[in-house]
Amino acid sequence: MKFNISTLRKYNHKKIRNIKDKAIKKILLGFGLTAVIFIILILVFLLIEGLPFFFEGDGLDFFTGDVWDPSSPNTPRYGILPMVLGTFLVTLGAIVIAVPIGIGCSIYLAEIAHPKIRETLKPIIEILAGIPSVVYGFFALVILSTWIDKIFNSTTRLNALTGSIMLAVMMLPIIISLSEDAIRSVPREMKEASLALGLTKWDTIRGVVVPAALSGITAAVILGVARAIGETMTVLMATGNAPVISFDMLSSMRTMTATIAIEMGEVPFGSTHYHSLFAIGIVLFAITFIVNFIADRVMKRFREKY
Amino acid sequence: MKWKTIKEHIIYSLLRLSGLFIVCALAILLFYILSGGIGKISWEFLTNFPTNGMMSGGIFPMIMGTLSLMILTMLIALPLGIFSAIYLVEYAKPGRFTNAIRLAVHNLAGVPSIVYGLLGLGLFVVFLGFGLSLVSAAFTLAIMILPIIIASSQEALRAVPQNIREGALALGSTKWETTYHHVLPYALPGMLTGSILALSRAAGETAPIIMTGAAFYMTHLPSSVFDEFMALPYSIYTLATQSSNVEATRPTVFGAILVLLLIVLFMNLVAIIVRNYYRKKYRW
Repeated sequence: MKFNISTLRKYNHKKIRNIKDKAIKKILLGFGLTAVIFIILILVFLLIEGLPFFFEGDGLDFFTGDVWDPSSPNTPRYGILPMVLGTFLVTLGAIVIAVPIGIGCSIYLAEIAHPKIRETLKPIIEILAGIPSVVYGFFALVILSTWIDKIFNSTTRLNALTGSIMLAVMMLPIIISLSEDAIRSVPREMKEASLALGLTKWDTIRGVVVPAALSGITAAVILGVARAIGETMTVLMATGNAPVISFDMLSSMRTMTATIAIEMGEVPFGSTHYHSLFAIGIVLFAITFIVNFIADRVMKRFREKY
Repeated sequence: MKWKTIKEHIIYSLLRLSGLFIVCALAILLFYILSGGIGKISWEFLTNFPTNGMMSGGIFPMIMGTLSLMILTMLIALPLGIFSAIYLVEYAKPGRFTNAIRLAVHNLAGVPSIVYGLLGLGLFVVFLGFGLSLVSAAFTLAIMILPIIIASSQEALRAVPQNIREGALALGSTKWETTYHHVLPYALPGMLTGSILALSRAAGETAPIIMTGAAFYMTHLPSSVFDEFMALPYSIYTLATQSSNVEATRPTVFGAILVLLLIVLFMNLVAIIVRNYYRKKYRW
């Protein structure tokens, strides 16, 4: 092989290209790790700022106490039960409203609606999903609460029911779009086999399509629930925020998210109260983590099936 | 048989009704926001500072705050998200390590926004000493929308046919040359669509910025990225709930909501147009 300057240059050039390629690979690996780093940072900072509470405050009272009164000068109490119950009831209310409407609408979109209606409904659902939560919160605060007040004669103008209804509207886009995907991914042959056996369309939907898509629909609902549990502004503006234990949906309630948002602005850095809010953050993180994990599992099972 | 058809009609109507509910929900919401806010929108409202305890005047600093926050957030989130996705789709080899990254992205997407606020407060405001500032809030929002950007970028990259990569590699391109010259150009529109949608979510987000730098009232625009700022969503919240005279500030709130909605919906519209344009242009 003849060896001259130009082949040498080419050789070098190739070498540089390869070195560059390897360097870029390393850099990209660094970028790839960002998500891992951030999830670890979330955990670390929740623990750094939250754990001191359990050394300073009463850890047992935190989980079992039914009084949240951190600003009391003599005996501050940090029981999160009222907020856990508030989050639970408001979310439950939202589920009761959103699940039937959401599943109904997704069946309608996937199986019944005329393609033209479908093409108009889909962007509407996308717009609903894009509206900021503070706008929903304002609507609940100013308009929805007045309606609820008139219909139910509630004692407090802002109450859990208002929050539930507003949360349900916010959950609907998630539930509908994910359930619709699930229903659409049911194999066509299954439907056709059922219709060929003489079943009506509704019997096919009820007896074949929905059962086949059930795990996908369930995952959609659970993901909607996770969103509702973590939602802050809407419940903050709609539910009245009284940290008391009550099972009356027409009374004022406070959620975990709202507590953090309301009180974080007023606490001195590093106080027990400050750390207690991060401790609520830990609980909230744990709950949403578990709920998302369950949704993930159910979704995986659905995907494996088809 | 007859009863069965009647029953089916009833059920179909119920299903249709649930579809109608969605339309009504949006219509009612938009109707009230529009009727409350449309009279407020004027050039003065958009370009003046608020006066008289925010009962009159404009919302200029809130708009500027939200816009600068979005630009900063995009500058941070876009490179992180896009390069992260390139690594995951083009470089990562299947295995436990890659699975861990996927799991992290997935879990990041499920974290409530208020928890991002806690992270921002602990990490950027206190630990890194950025204080309550634009940059703290921007970093916090960037981390929040990162999983959305990564997910949509991954999808866009995966949609590029494999034979384009193979062709480039067969002609002697290195991996990076292939990715940069032959895969990215086709994936970029999809990436942009997802990123604009993610950014529109960040624009309306309130809970994280409460803790990381949004101010109730300022007489000037933020002088640097380390200054506090006013933002539309935060002002909507505070004016609606904590103002000294809730009734008197209400028109301002309606106006601010309308402006925020217009910003968010405009971004959604741009994303949809970009998506449709390139969907027509590239057909594999």
